[in-house]
Amino acid sequence: MSASSGAAQRFGPSARAALALICVLALAAASTPGLRSLEIRDGRVFGALVDIGFRSVPTMLCALGMTFVIGTRGVDLSVGSVASIASVVAALGVRADATSVASSLALALTCGVALGLFNGLLVARLALQPILATLVLFTAGRGLAQMASDGNVLAFDAPGFAALASSTLLGLPNPLWIALVALGVLVVVATRTAFGLYVQALGDNPRAARLAGLPVTALTLSVYGLSGACAALAGALVAADVRAADASSTGLYFELDAILATVIGGTSLQGGRMHLVGSACGALLLQTLTTTAAMHGAATEGALLIKAVAVLAVCAAQSGKLRASPTGARA
Amino acid sequence: MDAGPAAVTSPDARIELRRVSKSYPGVRALEGVDLELRSGEVHALAGTNGAGKSTLVRLLGGVERPDSGQIVVGGHALELASPIDALRAGIAVLHQETHLVPEFTVVENFFLGRELRRGLRLDWGAMRVHARARIAELGLALDVERRALSLSAAEAQLVGLARALDLQARFLVLDEPTSSLDRGEVERLFGILRTLRERGLGLVFIAHALEQIFAIADRITVLRDGRCVGSHRARELTPRALVASMLGREEPDPRAARHAAARGTQRPFLVARGLARQGAVAPFDLELRAGEVVGLAGLLGSGRSELARLLFGADPADSGECAIDGRVVRQRSPRTSLAQGLGFCPEDRKQDGIFATLTVRENIALLAQRRMSRVGLLDPRAHERLAQRFVSELRIAAAHTGQALGTLSGGNQQKVLLARALACEPRLLVLDEPTRGIDVGAKVEVERLVEELAQRGTAVLFISSAIEEVLRRASRVLVLREGRVVAELQGAELELERVMTLMAGESV
Repeated sequence: MSASSGAAQRFGPSARAALALICVLALAAASTPGLRSLEIRDGRVFGALVDIGFRSVPTMLCALGMTFVIGTRGVDLSVGSVASIASVVAALGVRADATSVASSLALALTCGVALGLFNGLLVARLALQPILATLVLFTAGRGLAQMASDGNVLAFDAPGFAALASSTLLGLPNPLWIALVALGVLVVVATRTAFGLYVQALGDNPRAARLAGLPVTALTLSVYGLSGACAALAGALVAADVRAADASSTGLYFELDAILATVIGGTSLQGGRMHLVGSACGALLLQTLTTTAAMHGAATEGALLIKAVAVLAVCAAQSGKLRASPTGARA
Repeated sequence: MDAGPAAVTSPDARIELRRVSKSYPGVRALEGVDLELRSGEVHALAGTNGAGKSTLVRLLGGVERPDSGQIVVGGHALELASPIDALRAGIAVLHQETHLVPEFTVVENFFLGRELRRGLRLDWGAMRVHARARIAELGLALDVERRALSLSAAEAQLVGLARALDLQARFLVLDEPTSSLDRGEVERLFGILRTLRERGLGLVFIAHALEQIFAIADRITVLRDGRCVGSHRARELTPRALVASMLGREEPDPRAARHAAARGTQRPFLVARGLARQGAVAPFDLELRAGEVVGLAGLLGSGRSELARLLFGADPADSGECAIDGRVVRQRSPRTSLAQGLGFCPEDRKQDGIFATLTVRENIALLAQRRMSRVGLLDPRAHERLAQRFVSELRIAAAHTGQALGTLSGGNQQKVLLARALACEPRLLVLDEPTRGIDVGAKVEVERLVEELAQRGTAVLFISSAIEEVLRRASRVLVLREGRVVAELQGAELELERVMTLMAGESV
């Protein structure tokens, strides 16, 4: 009995997010015939479901990084801007040399980590509130990206780089596998490393974390660095997908979607326990809503309204209050 | 029926709990509890951590509802669905930590949610006058414009009490009201409670200190494992019988042999020279040797905790130096202290100690995991073994080690905090009030543990407001007053009276 109730406590939010995703998918599929079609052509799976998975990848990557930041009781508003900068950096790289796929990608990721560390420095060293600290890059980041691209859309002809997004493995698009690997690695980091344990302790009780002797500064720097890396990867994949970097539109609203996905996944904005699988489900759920609304030809405003209602319902289900499971102390 | 004396309440006013049960996932907190609370009486609830006292308080306060059974107030069975319902029924609960809004002033807190109005405007003048008067009735002259966060624990408590009385409460439930008060403050509180009793209020009192229970209670009900195991008139019960009833067994002999001071003659593990922090602790010298238990005695606010934090490196020192194992360390922090084999259990476990959403196992293994990681990955099975060991050694009452620590009772949280520090096998352990808010059984346990640690060669700095505990275990005691070490006593000098006199600052 003990193991099962322990597991329920630990995995509950992720399981609930997965359940919500399944419900939304079922509802969407029931109401939208187009959503049910799946076919295999040229060894590649086509269909709306695959499309949902594919399109959710940038949000999912940002949400995974965001989950670590939120786990420390922080938030990263800059992921959209970082994605934009990374896409521009990658585009500049492959425009200079179309074959420099690995180095361009590495450069973009390095940029993301550096920008993330800058966020972390503001939070850890200057003790700025995370929402303020990351607002700096949120505002300035997109401007930097536009300056770097001279305000132009940087199209590129680099098949090698585009293949990052367009090629497939076992019939499924590459980005899906990238997201899956990132999820797997980060789940291990969160649940099986001291770093993951410390992050959750820090978010649970920052004062106690410091007093217990945890490396608070290093932890803070690391989670923002990780979030920057995730955002940069998302930006690079978007650029690879559209074969261009548009500083003004790449990564727009990523931060909000990533925060939403994380909250839908059951990670509390109060920090503490992280639910990465939940965050991934949250990203998929958001994309399902968007795609379904588009397939119904719903006007954008209407689609946003439906999205809001669905999100509210899931978040309510994740909130302890409505489930009435007492977490108060007993004595 | 024996009616209360002078009457703000009708003689019939009483609360009955009938066959009340309450479960949480994995634990049965209360099982078929019958209880009768009368007006004009102080009714103490006694029991070890996890016996169900706090659950009972939550039911009375309308915070939670019983799964089965009835709460009958003045002859009517009531559904107390919210704290408002409870207040309407005349029941006010004062929790362990008084719930005043820290940033608000006293008067704002006093009238929170029921502000007086004149027309559309709030009538602060009238509210100030009224609040000041009600608080003064409890013998406290307080500037009601002060912010709540500037109040001492005792003052905050009296404000909460005055507010409850202003709300026409007929029954007051006091959940560990004395846990952060010093002796004088406790006496003053008891004086007020006795007056309220004479005015016919019914009082429910929870405390761990037996002498407090016997000093104030007319009736004592003992809870054990969620059941009511007996209700007695206080004068029919001896402290020893009460403890036996709470534990369900005989208490081990409290007068455990005190070991002689002649332990550890090698060079000291920690040497502090002129260590000081402005506004908190005046320069002091201290040496701590392996296997030595040193006590810190002082009134609340005497700088006990500040000295402990300074030694652990939690707060930076302004002057002086601290050598650990012969090496002077600059730029100390909890992190460097941890690496040097220091452990620390802070006084305020909720704010500074526990990680409530993490599991019992994670809390225990948090720091010690570094010794048992394999290729950078945690070893959950080793963690489980470690946690199990401490759960059984310290008798931590948890359904399983995967339970979130926040769901455990305060005393058990304290034990987990201890386990976390012990799991690192520290060479110096700084314990700031490790026995506050834990039950008698656990107190004995903690004291035994301190003894055992010392025997294994750990140096222990032990802080407790229960001077008897300090004297029982420490071979040396530093007495603090107003941030200054005023005496260092050992051997035959360790007498209760002498220490108390020094603490209070009267010339000997």
